[in-house]
Amino acid sequence: MDYVIEMLNITKEFPGIIANDNITLQLEKGEIHALLGENGAGKSTLMSVLFGMYQPEKGTIKVKGKEVQIKGPLDANDLGIGMVHQHFKLVHNFTVLQNIVLGIEDTKHGILRMEDARKKVVALSEKYSLLVDPDALISDITVGMQQRVEILKMLYRDNDILIFDEPTAVLTPQEIDELMQIMRDLKAEGKSILFITHKLNEIKAVADRCSVLRRGKYIGTVNVEDTDKEAMSEMMVGRKVNLTVDKGEAKPTDVVLEVENLTVKATREGHTKNLVNDVSFKVRKGEIVCIAGIDGNGQTELVHAITGLDSISDGKVILNGEDVSKKSIRYKNTHGMSHIPEDRHKHGLVLDYNLAYNLVLQQYFEKEFNNHGFIRNDKVNEYADLLIEQFDIRSGQGKETITRSMSGGNQQKAIVAREIKKNPDVMLAVQPTRGLDVGAIEYIHRQLVKQRDEGCAILLVSLELEEVMNLSDRILVIFEGSIVADLNPKEVTVQELGLYMAGAMQDKTHALQGTAHAKQDKQEEGAQDEK
Amino acid sequence: MKNKKQIDFSGALSSIFAILIGLLVGLIVLLLCNSKQAVPGFMMILTGSLTHGLKGIGQVFYYATPIILTGLSVGFAFKTGLFNIGASGQFIVGGFGAVFVGIMCKNLGGVHWIVALAASVVFGAVWGFVPGFLKAHFNVNEVIASIMMNYIGMYAVNWTVKGYKPLFNNLRNESNTVAVTAQIPKMGFDKIFPGSSVNGGFLIAIVVIILIYLLLNKTTFGYELKAVGFNKDASKYAGINEKKSIILSMTIAGAISGLAGGLLYLAGTGKHIEIVDTLASEGFSGISVALLGVCHPIGILFAGIFIAYLTAGGFYLQLFEFSTEIIDIIIAVIIYFSAFALIVKTMIAKTRQRKEIKKEQEGGKKA
Repeated sequence: MDYVIEMLNITKEFPGIIANDNITLQLEKGEIHALLGENGAGKSTLMSVLFGMYQPEKGTIKVKGKEVQIKGPLDANDLGIGMVHQHFKLVHNFTVLQNIVLGIEDTKHGILRMEDARKKVVALSEKYSLLVDPDALISDITVGMQQRVEILKMLYRDNDILIFDEPTAVLTPQEIDELMQIMRDLKAEGKSILFITHKLNEIKAVADRCSVLRRGKYIGTVNVEDTDKEAMSEMMVGRKVNLTVDKGEAKPTDVVLEVENLTVKATREGHTKNLVNDVSFKVRKGEIVCIAGIDGNGQTELVHAITGLDSISDGKVILNGEDVSKKSIRYKNTHGMSHIPEDRHKHGLVLDYNLAYNLVLQQYFEKEFNNHGFIRNDKVNEYADLLIEQFDIRSGQGKETITRSMSGGNQQKAIVAREIKKNPDVMLAVQPTRGLDVGAIEYIHRQLVKQRDEGCAILLVSLELEEVMNLSDRILVIFEGSIVADLNPKEVTVQELGLYMAGAMQDKTHALQGTAHAKQDKQEEGAQDEK
Repeated sequence: MKNKKQIDFSGALSSIFAILIGLLVGLIVLLLCNSKQAVPGFMMILTGSLTHGLKGIGQVFYYATPIILTGLSVGFAFKTGLFNIGASGQFIVGGFGAVFVGIMCKNLGGVHWIVALAASVVFGAVWGFVPGFLKAHFNVNEVIASIMMNYIGMYAVNWTVKGYKPLFNNLRNESNTVAVTAQIPKMGFDKIFPGSSVNGGFLIAIVVIILIYLLLNKTTFGYELKAVGFNKDASKYAGINEKKSIILSMTIAGAISGLAGGLLYLAGTGKHIEIVDTLASEGFSGISVALLGVCHPIGILFAGIFIAYLTAGGFYLQLFEFSTEIIDIIIAVIIYFSAFALIVKTMIAKTRQRKEIKKEQEGGKKA
């Protein structure tokens, strides 16, 4: 068999942890090879080794049969290896063309020459039907298009080994389908593709073979055709995983969180459009309401406005019947609102504090942990041990671990544990499973459903359609800052939802439905009063 | 707990490493200047402070007092994510507050010195508050704001002392001597270290060190300050008033530096506010002390004493026809290398981990 890349018996150690333990990965010419593994399984480390960012302690790398020493990304590029990073590396105020040639510009007497480059880019774009406009500014094109620019960048450099690092995380279902087609076309042209992911559906859709890593160890390589999803996820996690969420009917009762005509005006100069535009909805005890939408349609601003991280321009937030629009964050925190933030590093954790201190981030001032201004470290540690035990948070040194050194999944678990343990009335969970592996996703989903069943109101913001469909009892679709649809997950298909999210469909009856809901609520409230 | 101790240990090790390199460079400089006298000169740096026995040691503590506190001021701010380069201005303004009360309020009796010290704390606090306020509300970089406050402080003090008759001694172009009641009591130090200038101020500095240590590590207030220093956004998310924290942090840092000025100018050792257009060097020594003490209160205490020890020893260098500036070079090199402390720290951590892994592997084999 012809292998274009062989990484043989790679071992890479970091202080205290073996990130790659004797891993072998062989990429055949002209195949799509998936690299599957949980977070912290060692996928990124392995790729960093391939790109020369790290030097392995043991093992050899062969490219096209020849043993090579890769000392940096430039070496990798010379060997024809290119990568589409999870977070794109594009200059936003440059055009597509400028971004593509960046670093290998053609010059004559020190003056840029773009004509040849333009011809080549247009030709490549046509060949793979990427439909990219070379003169568009990056900041003006969609995320999906930006990804195609990244692909063009690799093709322009004549790379024939392409690595995609979790490429679908930011795409809509339609864009994902198109990307899959592009990948198939690339394969047909003889390119070899390494596809890093933890989404089993996508592996099933495009990959030929799949190598699985678990906790730094190589588990095995399988033919995708002969292996079902359950088997692959079992290889990845090491145990059987329930891929669908088990949940009973929602039994919603009282309204806990009410948002009325909430508007957030743009603060950046020159932007006049409202980031959140006249949004109203209610979340009741015992239901999971999901705000679905493509990234950047006002979800972040909406949540920040509700929690108080950013100020509200207009409208009201009502928590347990009390108008809390102008209350402090601490007031909301201590009056029944929990918030799993979108960005766990920016908002969720003080990364340089140890785990115990992070677990009391919103409670350290309460009587339990505070003795006349002195922090009761013994109680804090006790509480931390309890949560670590109960929520199975894994780390190197238990409660003493500096959270920066923990894996993403366990950091998220710590946040979820902290927020759940507060016994909130309403929980805002923003992309609670972003970047997590199947095992951790399953865990967090189960916790959310459990919270719901215990009578918590949950507002879930998610970009993952599967999560939206599986978890929610009601779906609100947000598009350009406005709620455009109020849907029942049982009555809508993923494709329809995708169209709503892309703004191609509008629920004309939504306004009416909103009032209908309000009426229904009133009736219910009345009924309860009678009881 | 085991891990904690190890971390502290490596911090101290890296500082010691920096000191050794600094001394080595000092020796080289001495050799270059005058190779015959170099070795005795070098020995003098190391032992000069001890030549007068207890008096010499007392002098070291006296020199150490203000720089321990300015060091603490810088280190404290640094622990809370702020760079207080304004210790110099806070120091001189605090000193002015103390001198003003020391000269003007003569009928306070036994509490005179306490009131004067309190004035130094308040004046310094105000000088720290301004950059903190600007940082919190207008996002003005505290480094720039506090540098400006340094100059405003220096010139304002010069101008006020010169312009207000009762404060000014125009024969010597400096402030008048404070009342005897405003001088810091000796608190028994004159008996332990006879003949030296050390006084109760050293004890006060140690008490402040302990207080700040407790504040940072044992209180919820310290928890908030450090949280804001590490991650402003997460602190806001957690409901901490991050603006208030920044302001308070700078205010406390200013208060400590102000106290340093108060303790120096109330020492009763003939130290006066001189009308010169230079920023108080104690403020900048504070940065050195904080760096060498890896911003840990206890580390700062020892770093302050050490630098004072070298400075005191350096005075005797003149006996060997060296200029005392060599001491400044040595201190500068030490600070330079303590900036490399991080590298040394990681080096130490790495070798330790390697050893541990080896041990584990061996243990595994045995098992």
